[in-house]
Amino acid sequence: MLLKEVCDLVGGSVVCGQERLNDNVECAFASDLMSDVLTLKKDHFLLITGLANTQSVRTAEMSDAPYILLCRGKQVSSEMMELACENNILIITSSLSLYKCSGLLYNAGLNPVY
Amino acid sequence: MQFEYKVEGGDFTMAGVASSQVKKTLKQLGVDSSVIKRVVVALYEAEVNIVAHAYRGVIYVDIEGDGIKLKLVDEGPGIPDVPLAMTKGFSTASPSVREMGFGAGMGLPNISENADFFSIETQVGQGTTLQIEINFT
Repeated sequence: MLLKEVCDLVGGSVVCGQERLNDNVECAFASDLMSDVLTLKKDHFLLITGLANTQSVRTAEMSDAPYILLCRGKQVSSEMMELACENNILIITSSLSLYKCSGLLYNAGLNPVY
Repeated sequence: MQFEYKVEGGDFTMAGVASSQVKKTLKQLGVDSSVIKRVVVALYEAEVNIVAHAYRGVIYVDIEGDGIKLKLVDEGPGIPDVPLAMTKGFSTASPSVREMGFGAGMGLPNISENADFFSIETQVGQGTTLQIEINFT
């Protein structure tokens, strides 16, 4: 699924990394617990989270997950944006809940990591 | 190739800076991406542990031709029961650490899982030293 399709499905806004909207992503993982994200062996996935701080961006960086979907209308701080830009990470924000974002994307064919 | 990074306890804004630098260096050296991920996940977990639990610490990085050796030395409360700390799900993290998305008792087991060699030396009231080694091939 293209990232621009992900963005459309969740009524999202792109905060940074717009140039990655034509990238293709095959799977996603939803969690507010970064410890769980760090246990994944998979890379190149979409991280769906409601955790809005620099550690969610750091976790994406360390996990080789170049796309973040930030749910529940959380705001992206300037520190998060700076870190994401520096690491070429796309951040999409959505006012929808994590459950609804996940459901919409799953229903549209985006696979789970497991 | 050797590097040294200072880490301050409680400063979550800087947590991950050392891991990020090491990742960039390994990429420049052309190390396999799956190996880089194991290194940086283990290092990041350990770096976050210093920020979350210790007063301060130093990360020593030694990159050789066939692998990387990481030594993380912290001044902190130490670990009273290492086998218990290695149990998945056990954590003494504060609510503020949990708010950052950590403190689920996954860190040390995850470091161990990613490392080819992993050791913990600790003294209660003094601090903890982790040694992590990962081979490139």
